[in-house]
This record gives sequence, structure tokens and C-alpha cells, in this order.
Amino acid sequence: MEPEDVEPGDAIHPGRPVVVDRYRGAARINHWVTATCLILLAISGLSLFHPSLFFLTALFGGGQVTRAIHPWIGVVLFFSFAGLFFRFWRANLPTRTDAVWLSQASDLLAGHEERMPEVGKYNAGQKFIFWSMTVLILILIASGLLIWEQYFTWVTTIPQNRVLVLTHSLAAVVIICVWIIHVYAAFWVRGTLRAMVKGNVTGGWAWRHHRRWLRELVSVRKVSP
Amino acid sequence: MAPIHTAQTNPPVQSVPPQFSEKDLIRRSASTVPPPAQQLEEVAKLIDVSKCIGCKACQAACIEWNDTHPVIETNVGSYVNPHDLTPDMFTLMRFTEWDNPKTGNLEWLIRKDGCMHCADPGCLKACPAPGAIVQYSNGIVDFVHENCIGCGYCVKGCPFNIPRISKVDHTAYKCTLCSDRVAVGQGPACAKACPTHAISFGTKDDMNKLAESRITDLKSRGYDNAGLYDPPGVGGTHVMYVLHHADQPEIYSNLPRDPKISPVVQAWKGLAKYVGFAAIGIAAAAGLLHSTLVGPNRVTREDEDNAERLVRDET
Repeated sequence: MEPEDVEPGDAIHPGRPVVVDRYRGAARINHWVTATCLILLAISGLSLFHPSLFFLTALFGGGQVTRAIHPWIGVVLFFSFAGLFFRFWRANLPTRTDAVWLSQASDLLAGHEERMPEVGKYNAGQKFIFWSMTVLILILIASGLLIWEQYFTWVTTIPQNRVLVLTHSLAAVVIICVWIIHVYAAFWVRGTLRAMVKGNVTGGWAWRHHRRWLRELVSVRKVSP
Repeated sequence: MAPIHTAQTNPPVQSVPPQFSEKDLIRRSASTVPPPAQQLEEVAKLIDVSKCIGCKACQAACIEWNDTHPVIETNVGSYVNPHDLTPDMFTLMRFTEWDNPKTGNLEWLIRKDGCMHCADPGCLKACPAPGAIVQYSNGIVDFVHENCIGCGYCVKGCPFNIPRISKVDHTAYKCTLCSDRVAVGQGPACAKACPTHAISFGTKDDMNKLAESRITDLKSRGYDNAGLYDPPGVGGTHVMYVLHHADQPEIYSNLPRDPKISPVVQAWKGLAKYVGFAAIGIAAAAGLLHSTLVGPNRVTREDEDNAERLVRDET
């Protein structure tokens, strides 16, 4: 078994229960900055997407401020997510197990996780979230910059601008859906949120959901007494 | 309603109450309006390209009336000045030197560009800010600056490339058809200033009749393809052109042949909204349903024991 997806900072603390470090402080801060940006972008973006949600611009101080601030939050998100990308990409590379896991995903959703293959630090669902976010954020930042009225609309023609704004809104819809799946999964699989809040999980959580990662950690002796 | 004065008549000297107001709106961006109690007589500006001498009195009058201050620019190789419509220049003479292949004559085509006041305005359709773009039942499409957020969506919606966003106050500007003058029975400033009566203003019916007589005249002078530009793709416009070559509108500085709201804009403002909300709704509902039917995925005591055993045995 190759320790392909043990990330820096992952470690086991024996005890009752066993505690496993999953995310270091920097990764957690990086994640929550990104999360905050994504939520603010979704709210400000939706407020300009549909008239029924225009009232949400009041949260930012009005339509003008929302229009001005949305692209800047996008820029912050881009760099923040880039940080997450470079932290997590290696452990999110697809493996042979992912195909098996995906083919049995219905068992998992039906509440039979014991039938699933053992997975490493991330299962195929989490990898799907990671790569979807990556691709969608690239689409959103590229189209978003080009429709940024204040600075960049002159770069493209008006017909191109129309396609870009449609692309931007559709990609935004998809990323909101992906985000809902991400949040729901973290809520459904109890004990997950703590990995991003406190930075660790219980041994039982790791055994149940990421047994291969736990075994790898044990095998490379990432155990601190 | 008092008769609409054409541009050539002088305004009344006594003060006139505004003849239309917010009660006469038929469309309001990103919001709805109650149907107006009365339908105003539709107005139109008719620009007879064949009579235009390119003097730019219309531009000067527009600047003066609207109190804009276009910057002094440099020569861009033609008489056009400034180089394009700007937030401070709502109307622009566009000059084209056209070689008529049939006659071998060089024709100097001058078109006064500006907002067409479409019956189906793409700017208004695209606008996300409630009340930033309004349309009156007389056909005037106006921008309301205090509601404008400066996003530039109107620029994407417009089939004629008219609105411009100011870098100063970040709101959109275009020809208002002098709605403030029209409201008190006067014609637009440009029409008032035009020395050759190439620009006329009045009810749309009257302008259609005027155009007809002009087209008959032009045809009798050998302009067989003379005609009226009132494109049906945008429901007709409230600024119309008499063109001597109405079969080739493109030769007049790329006047679109069949302008309509782009299908991309239609999709963005129509289908995308419904599909988008449906997708987000389904994702949220699926989570809720799954949570109710399957319940949480909890770590068991057995899982913890297994983990403890694994760590103990291996270390």
C-alpha cells in the first residue's frame, strides 16, 4: 500500500478514542476564507441574477456597491482557492478504487457504507467536489474578468460578452449546486465538520470513512504518542 | 393630452405641466408595473439621412441640452468626432464614404447614431436593477440614474451598441429622446437644432406619413430602394431613418439589417433563470429528502474500537 494521499500534518494520536489530525491550521483558515468568499459571491451574484433576489444587494450596501465588490471577492476567492488546490490536488488524483466506489455509490447513499471499498484521504465523491470546484472556478474567474465592466469589457466584443455572461451565470448555478452537495455531505456524514473546525477526526470516523488513509498513516508510523 | 409640438414649432410660453410621468410606464426593468390607465400617443423621431448635411448641430444641441462635457479628442481619420458614442455624447454623426457600384458615384452617407427607443428594448430586458430602465407608453425608453448600478448588462442587451457606462459615476448613459422636453410638449433638442429639417419629431403616425412622402420623393429622383428603417425585429423603433438605400442598411456605418435581442441574451434572461433556480432547488430538496429518508451517517462504537485496535496493534 503506497502512502499516496497522506498529506503533511496528518497524524495519529493513540488513545480512547484515537484522534487523527486531518487538516492543519493554515489549511483550515485557507478553507474558511474560500468558503466565506464563495458564499458572499453566491449571494451578491444571485442578487444580480434574478430580480426577485435584488433585495439581497442591501446586505452589501446597495446595488452599486454589490456591483463593485462582487468581482473583487471573486479575485480573492481565486487566489484563496489556488492555495487549497495546491494543498489538496495530489491526494485528489483519481485512483482505481474511485471507479469501484462510484459504481457502488448508491449503496453508500442508502446507508450501507460497509459495502464500499476502503478509500484513502478522499473518496471519489470528495474528489468530484474538488475537481468540479477547480474547473468551475477557472470558468468563473475567466468569464468574470472579461465581463468586469469597470476594467475589462473592452477586451471582448459585445456578442462575446453575451456568451460570457451566460456562461458565467450557468457556471455559477452549477457551483452553487456542487456547494450544496459539499455542505450536505459534510452534514450528513457526522463528525466531518470537526475536521475543518478543530482540524481532527476520531479514529472511528477515519476507520469508517477513510480506512485506507488510516491504515497508511499507521503503516508510515505517523503516530505521535 | 395637448398636441405634441413638432421640433419646428416654438414651445408655448406659459408653463406646461408634464404630460407623462411614472403613471405612464409600460415596462420597468427587473420589476413590474401596473398597466397604465391611458395609452399615450406614440411618438417618434424621424431622421431623414438624405437631407442630412453632417453639420453636427444635433450633437451640439444634445451636448447643450443635456449639459454633458465631452472631452476634446483627436482626429480619427474621418469627420466623426468624438470617435464614438460616450457617456457624454448621446448622439453621433457617423460618416461613410460609399462607392455606389451601380452608378460609380461616391456617396457620402451620414447617419445620426443614437438610441433607437425600441418597442422591445434589449437594454431593459437585460437590466438587473429595478427601475433603472423604464419605458413609457409613448415609446420613450429612459435610464433612471439613481437606480442604475453600473453593471453594463444594458450594453450586452442592446442590439444597436448604444449605452455607455460612465467611469465617473458608474451609471449608464444614452439618448433620452429628450423625455424632459417631450413631457412639456417640445421636440428633442437635436430636432430643434437641425437646420435642414433632416430630423423631425412628432407622433409615430405622423412620422410614418412624413417618411412616406419623403420616400416617394426620393424614388422619383432615382433612389429606387429608398425606404423607412423601423426594424420589426425589435417591435419597431421610436427613432426611425429614411434611407436612400434601405435595401442595404449596413452601408450606413453598420446599421444592423435585422436587429433583434440576441438569443443568447434571451436565454440568459429567460431559460437560464428557470433552469438555474430549478437546479439549485432540486439540489437542496435532494439533500433534505435524503436526510429524512436515510438519516445521518454516524460513527459507531465498533468503528472506534476497530481504530483503537489497529493503532495499538501496529505500533
